[in-house]
Parts: sequence; C-alpha cells; structure tokens
Amino acid sequence: MSSHDVVITGIGLVSSLGEGPDAHWQKLSQAGLEPVLDATRFAPYTIHPLPEIDWNLQIAKRGDQRQMETWQRLGTYVAGLALDDAGIKGNDELCATMDMVVAAGGGERDEAVDAAILAASESRNDRDVLLNEKLTTELRPTLFLAQLSNLLAGNISIVHKVTGSSRTFMGEEGAGVSAVETAAARIRSGQSTHVLVGGAFQTEHSDMLLGYELAGYLHRGPWKPVWQRQGAEGGGVVTGSGGAFLVLEQREHARSRGRKIYAELGPVVSGRARRRNGELNAEITTLLKQAALPDGDLLTISGASGAHVATAAEKAVIEANSALTARAFSTLTGHMKEAQFPFAVALAALAVDRKAAYPVFDAAVERPYDGAPTSVLATAIGYHQFEGLGLVKAG
Amino acid sequence: MANLRDHMGRPIVAVTGIGVVTSLGVGKKDNWAALTSGKSGIHPITRFPVDHLNTRISGMVDFLPSSSKGASPLTYELAETAALEAVSEAGLDSGDFGGPLFLASPPVELDWADRFSLYNSDKTDSGAERLLRVARGLKELDIFDTTQFGTIADRLADRFGTRGLPITLSTACASGATAIQLGVEAIRRGECDKALSIGADGSATAEALIRFSLLSALSTHNDIPEKASKPFSKDRDGFVLAEGSGALVLESLEAALARGATILGIMRGCGEKADDFHRTRSKPDGSPAIAAVRAALADAGLSEDEIDYVNAHGTSTPENDKMEHLSLSTVFGERIGSMPISSNKSMIGHTLSAAGAVEAAFSLLTMRESVIPPTINYDNPDPAIVLDVVPNEKRNAQVGTVLSNSFGFGGQNTCLVMAREPV
Repeated sequence: MSSHDVVITGIGLVSSLGEGPDAHWQKLSQAGLEPVLDATRFAPYTIHPLPEIDWNLQIAKRGDQRQMETWQRLGTYVAGLALDDAGIKGNDELCATMDMVVAAGGGERDEAVDAAILAASESRNDRDVLLNEKLTTELRPTLFLAQLSNLLAGNISIVHKVTGSSRTFMGEEGAGVSAVETAAARIRSGQSTHVLVGGAFQTEHSDMLLGYELAGYLHRGPWKPVWQRQGAEGGGVVTGSGGAFLVLEQREHARSRGRKIYAELGPVVSGRARRRNGELNAEITTLLKQAALPDGDLLTISGASGAHVATAAEKAVIEANSALTARAFSTLTGHMKEAQFPFAVALAALAVDRKAAYPVFDAAVERPYDGAPTSVLATAIGYHQFEGLGLVKAG
Repeated sequence: MANLRDHMGRPIVAVTGIGVVTSLGVGKKDNWAALTSGKSGIHPITRFPVDHLNTRISGMVDFLPSSSKGASPLTYELAETAALEAVSEAGLDSGDFGGPLFLASPPVELDWADRFSLYNSDKTDSGAERLLRVARGLKELDIFDTTQFGTIADRLADRFGTRGLPITLSTACASGATAIQLGVEAIRRGECDKALSIGADGSATAEALIRFSLLSALSTHNDIPEKASKPFSKDRDGFVLAEGSGALVLESLEAALARGATILGIMRGCGEKADDFHRTRSKPDGSPAIAAVRAALADAGLSEDEIDYVNAHGTSTPENDKMEHLSLSTVFGERIGSMPISSNKSMIGHTLSAAGAVEAAFSLLTMRESVIPPTINYDNPDPAIVLDVVPNEKRNAQVGTVLSNSFGFGGQNTCLVMAREPV
C-alpha cells in the first residue's frame, strides 16, 4: 500500500436496471434477475432501454438540458452521480482541480432530417445539391454541439464545474480502457490527485444501432444471455443504454478528506490484437499475465459483448484459466460501448466493497463463486477491436 | 553534456521527427517555403457543389489520392503522410516504430455518399429501417470501418508498428496539442522512451461546413479566398475551414542522444484548463485561457520573460482573437505589444483536430530556421488588439522558445511550450 495508490471513491451508474451503485448492487445480487428488454421499438433488434430519469436531479438548469441530446444528458447525469457519491459535487475547489478523461463516441443526428433527405434522394440525381439545400435549412444550429464527441466533457465542465483538465478519448470499448488506464497512470505518477473518468452510451437511436450493424454485429431473434448467442441469428450483440463514471483518487488525497474507499484500482492493462491474424486468444492470455492476478479463485466481471468471435475467444481463455469465475454483466444491461470498461470496473469495486460475489447471471454457463472476493478482475474485450483488463482490490 | 532531466526531475522530451501536410502542400519543405513567403492555401471549394452555401471557400487538401474519397480515408492518408515524414526524419524504422501512438482526429460519422448508396440500393420500407436492413446484408467491412472511432488509429498502428492500444482523442480545436501532450506525459512517466503524436483532419465535408456555418463561425469573404482568413484584423469575420496533418516523433532526450538522433527541438511544457462558461464562448475574463498559458509556463519551468514568440491560435473569429489578446496581455503584461505573435491560420485556415499538431510543427521550424512566418491579410488592424502580429511579411529572428496556443469548443484550452535547445 502506498500513498500514490489509486483508489475508487465515487461510482455513478445508470443502466436499464436503475441508477446508482446501491440500486445496481441490490438488483444484481438477486439470483435469477430478469433483464429489462424492449424487443419491439427497434425490431428485429432487442435493446435494454434507459430507466426513468429525472434529469433535474443532476442537471439543474433546463437551459443546459436543452443544449444536449440524450447521450450527453445521460453522461452528464452519470458523472454527477459519481461526483455526488465521492462528496466532490458542489465543492468548487475540488472540482476546479479535478482532471477528467471521458470515453466518447458521437451524439445523436436528427433522424427526421436524415430520413427526409434519404427519401428525397430516391427521385434526385443531384444528391450533393439536395444535401446542401436540406441541411442549410433544416438542421438546428446547436445540434452540432450535441453531436460533438468532446462536448460530453464540455457539458460536464459547464454543469458540474470540473475544470482541472478535460480530455476525450474515442474508439469504442478501447476508449474506456485507455481512459481508465491513463487516469490511473496520472494518479500513480503524482500528476493528478483526483480524476473523473467514464462514459455513456445511448443506444435508442437508429444510428447507434447502425454503427454495429454495418458489420452485422447485432443479435436478432429471441433474447439470450451473452454467452449463449453463438450460432443464433445475427452477430451476437444486444445493446443497452447506460453509463458509468468513476472518481479515481490518490489514496492519500482520499484519506486526508476522510472519504469512503470502495476499492483500490490495481494494474490496468490494454492491448491491440491483430485479430485477422488470429491473435486475440493469445493477446487476452498475455494481458492476464500482465495484470498480476492473485492466486486462487478470481471473480471476473466480464464486459463480453456477445459478438461471436470476440466472445468465443474470451470464453475460451476464461475456461482455460480455472481460477476465473466469470460474470458477463451485459446479459443484464446490454452492451454500452465506450462505457463498458468503466462499468465493469465499477461492478468489480462494488463486489469488493460489499465483500460478496454476484450470483450467476447465466446459470447455464457461469459457475457460482463462494466467499468474499478481495480481488476482482474487470474485462473489456472489444466487439471488433481493442482489449483491456483491470484488477480491483480491497481498499 | 545536456541535462537529461527537467526542473521537476522528469525525463526531458525531445522532438526528433516532424511531418506536415496542409493546403499549401505535402511536407515541411513546400509548406515552409509557402508559409514564409506569405502564401495562402485558401481556395474555392471544388470537392462538392456550393449551391445554397454562404461559405464557398476553404483550405481543403485537394491533391491527395484520398481527397475525394470521404473523411475517414482522407484523414488516414493525411495522418500516414505526415507520420511517415516524421518517422523517416527521425531515422526510425517506419514499420516497427516501437512506441505508443496518440492520434487527434475528427469524430467519425457515416458519410453521406455511403448513406445515399446504401439507401438507394433497395426500395423496400424507408428511413432508418431500410438502412439497417441493407447494412446487415453487407459483405464488406469498408463502410463499417469508416464509422468506428478507433479504425484510423488501428490502421496507423499496423502501418507503423506502434506499441499497444493506440489512443484516439478529441479535444475539439485543441486536439492536436493534446495528442502531443499525451505523448510528452507518457515519456515523462517513464512508460516509453518514444511516442508518435499525430493530429490529422480530413473532415471538411459539406455537412461539416454547414454545421460551422449555422453557428456563424465561418468567414463568408468568398470573393478573394486568400484574403478571407485575417486574424487580429478589424474586419475578421470567422475562420476558414481547412484540412491538414502534423506529426511529431517524441523521444526522451536520453534515448535520442544515445542513438545519435538529431534533436529538432524540445517539448518544454504543456498546460491545460477547462472552461465551464459556455459551449462555444470563453469566460469573459479569459481566466481559463490565462490559466492554461500559465500552467504551460510553469510546467516548462519558464517565466513570462523567457518566451520569445507566440504561435497564436488566431482563428480569425471575432471572439477568439479578442479573447486570445486579453489572455496573452494578462499573462505577458506590457511586453505583449512588443513580442512577436503570429497566426499560421492566416495562410492555412483552421485545420481543426490537426491544428495543434500542425502549428507545433511550424513552431519548431520557426526556431530551427530563425524565421517567423507572418500573419497575412493584416491590412486593417483591430485597434482594440495591439499586438506585433508580424504583419504580412516574414521576419528573421533568433527564436529560442515558443508558446503555441490551442483553444476549442467545449471549453478546451491547451498550450505547449517548445524550446530550440535542451537546457
């Protein structure tokens, strides 16, 4: 234990299961919990929808809410939950010196404008002119700001006053891995004392589904748990709206302000297998070695997406390591892209803090875990590219 | 023997390779010749029709094979071209770089050309439903790849043999500077002894132009394109959308000297501060930009008096140039009227995600060549902004240290301090 250790002092979570660490713990501790699904709105795709959220609780000004679409609102909201949980929200001094790394994709486009342009394109050959004509007259000027990747961080600065530094990483699950990895490295090296890190994903928009489906990644047909989608219709991914933000803090900093520590964040490692060359299994195995895993049974909060190739690789590596006892949370929340790794780390920290493992999320595949976990592994093997792991330990 | 550690005991970070592409051309040689002769790369838009557009000029890069192929292919080619120049100059293996990659690039979206072709390949149903149905029948990943935020960096990692999971980032118009900052920090933390930092932006599509136009951010001085970007002038009316790329090979000074590399410059310090005032406007007192400049100076271990030249963000928007002047005059005090401050954007426009990297490259060349590129189109000075903008003609000067500013939407403020020589 050292004063520059990285500890987790704040957790903000939203998924179809509800909001906040307590609600997630309560739900996920129930054996045989059923997922919240919507199989009709985007049929043939099933999604895990957002729960009812009172945005006012974290975004006081209606004007601020209006400047965002759901993705930014969601991320700003979840960030607020994490800041609240860490006792930082509203503390001007702590917010002004707090660094921030956000993992982000892009915001929502105007579906109605796009659909109108596409419909008109069927009878027009001058499509470039059509585009200029429609976009110049029908786009809402400030919508651009609701789409920009870095404006989730921008809105967090505006709404919650986090202004030490602001960086946005892009690149699906890998962005979430790098965000946590970089934030932890800053704290360990003494560059930062406290960092807000996380992301959000709003799947209830056709473009967000299209981002997967251009490569046929989405699962179709009846819902199944993450590990059981091989061979089913479609590509295996069921998405969910949600987000996860963590407050990572230097141990000494957290101690000096008397904060509750959920857990310590140990090694965070990342990689880029050249999957076309069949390197994924070997890469995951290498990452497990680099993560300096403790001896004995290890509860493993898996961010597996259900995507056939990546999930099969992760399953094979887990099965080859008899100590790893997996819980694939996307069975119950859906895949949350950039937020996937922060979400996995958050669930790992909760298990360490509550000194209990989650029951199986998929009784057909996952094994029970007995006892109180003192270390928990979090994984995010990207549905298409990039991989990462992190080890969370009793604080 | 030079010190290998800086004033805070961290490894000193050297630049051993520089690459650049702008509308002025490919590579340092052509760019520098144009930049120091006050030549503008701003020209009429020909890539797409300009019917209905208020702005019909840009600094697009129209001379690369990917220039007409869409934002993702062009951004990749820009990044690859600049990185190859930088890695080659550094004398490193361009297929086995062996350090991490930090890429500043624009957020990606499905191109309209692809959207149209997917949609019109079928006649059943309509709107998003049709797009999704057609999408899941695609046999190739080409279109998918253009919509994944990590693809360009993944391809660059393959191309150059960089190490580990590449980081793709966006801090809006400060992105290029942030990519450099991340590389500097990784070396200082001892995670690596070299890093490849790239800023690339080939996203000047019709939709991008329209979006900025709807926010009233762009110049509409279409008649004489090369005169449209006029930072710090009284009649400035917005920035000129542009494309480009800049790449730096960063190395610990120790590693660079050990392998006998030529030291092109030193990354002395980086500073940042987020603004919580508004999505597109700065806090009226300029305090975040002031704090970012001061943080960069402190990180560099330099006082205000030790900066020889400022490579301004200087976008040519009414707001930016006013606020940048306020910030700089607060930090530098009375000296501000007599220290050279010029804006490369007067000639190349605003290369957005690439700007911080492109301008860091030019800042390093400014020191190495002892020539300060001018701010062109400075015919009508803004009386409220009294600065020595190196008006219209280059200036020969010994420049030992440069401050380069990058300020972006979303309250992003990042400043870099570079030096010609190690301490």
